Amino acid sequence: MKSPKLNLTEPVCLLNMSNATAISHPGSVEAPEKLRFYVPEEHHPKNGTLLGFWLYLMSDCLIFACLFAMYGVLGRSYAAGPSGADLFDLSLIAVSTSMLLLSSITYGFAMLEMQRKRVNATLLWLGLTGVLGAAFIGLEIYEFAHLIHLGAVPQRSAFLSSFFVLVGTHGLHVVFGLIWLIVLMLQVKKHGFIIENRRRLFCLSMFWHFLDVVWIGVFTFVYLMGVLP
Amino acid sequence: MSQRNETIETGNLMHGAEHKHDDHHHHDEDDGASHSTFKGYMTGFVLSVILTAIPFWLVMTGFFESSNTTAFVILGFAAVQIVVHMIYFLHMNARSEEGWNMLALIFTVVLVVITLAGSLWVMFHLNANMMPTMHDMQNML
Repeated sequence: MKSPKLNLTEPVCLLNMSNATAISHPGSVEAPEKLRFYVPEEHHPKNGTLLGFWLYLMSDCLIFACLFAMYGVLGRSYAAGPSGADLFDLSLIAVSTSMLLLSSITYGFAMLEMQRKRVNATLLWLGLTGVLGAAFIGLEIYEFAHLIHLGAVPQRSAFLSSFFVLVGTHGLHVVFGLIWLIVLMLQVKKHGFIIENRRRLFCLSMFWHFLDVVWIGVFTFVYLMGVLP
Repeated sequence: MSQRNETIETGNLMHGAEHKHDDHHHHDEDDGASHSTFKGYMTGFVLSVILTAIPFWLVMTGFFESSNTTAFVILGFAAVQIVVHMIYFLHMNARSEEGWNMLALIFTVVLVVITLAGSLWVMFHLNANMMPTMHDMQNML
């Protein structure tokens, strides 16, 4: 019922348009006004930010690609020091992974509440996201402190240098995301859902979900593959 | 694509310009966060939990005998989970920002693949061909 109609209308529409151009071009004056094949005014300048932010995320992705490549090359150079199997505690990583995954979904709920224009509910979900993100960072700091206490410092081996740089860079991103989150919560509290705040919340949403995407690579490539015999 | 078809269906035989405008207006509205839905987020979340839990389970229980098999399987799960996140959390599709988002993403993926595969490939061969053998190492000590 539906699909034959679609298949029919589209060619007809195209045919109609091409006929119209062919006939109207030499003849009438008003026809070119109706048929515009260009956008007369500059369109949606507000979305320039979102595209620009996406490009920033992509360049950030390249930074992480370089760090992953470095870890891939050096990750088994232990210099007779401890290996991933000796150091990594997978249950701790499982907990911090679930913290980050949960913070992704709570940020999603905050965005849904923003669509319904409910300030307090949005702030609640954003706050929960912040708490989960802080828990993730807390676990990471605990892990790093534990490693350093064991003598597994970045200077110990190429494996540990690249490990600390890769995981530390991700953690640093999360810390900056948390600072941004707190600033945005204050902004939303003060000014409500003005267009600027909506845009900022959307940018932070992309940033936060992007960090979760990078973390998928980290826990798979560094931790899970690191403990394999 | 489906959105476009819908527009064609509802506004039968519209003029080109009006058509474009209508399409455009729609696009403007659902930019921002408005094409995120509760169902979309929950689907993404449930899939992510499953795709995270299985690799952890595989590694922690030592399900496969061979490390290589495990490595390939968990890398596969990671790739699928990244796609899930892209679709359900980052709302990637070929339409957003008139395709520029997707274009930038494809370009980045190409660069990432070249960086990773190239580094690993070159450095593996460098290691294999230029590292002193075990015998040389023992002589050095």
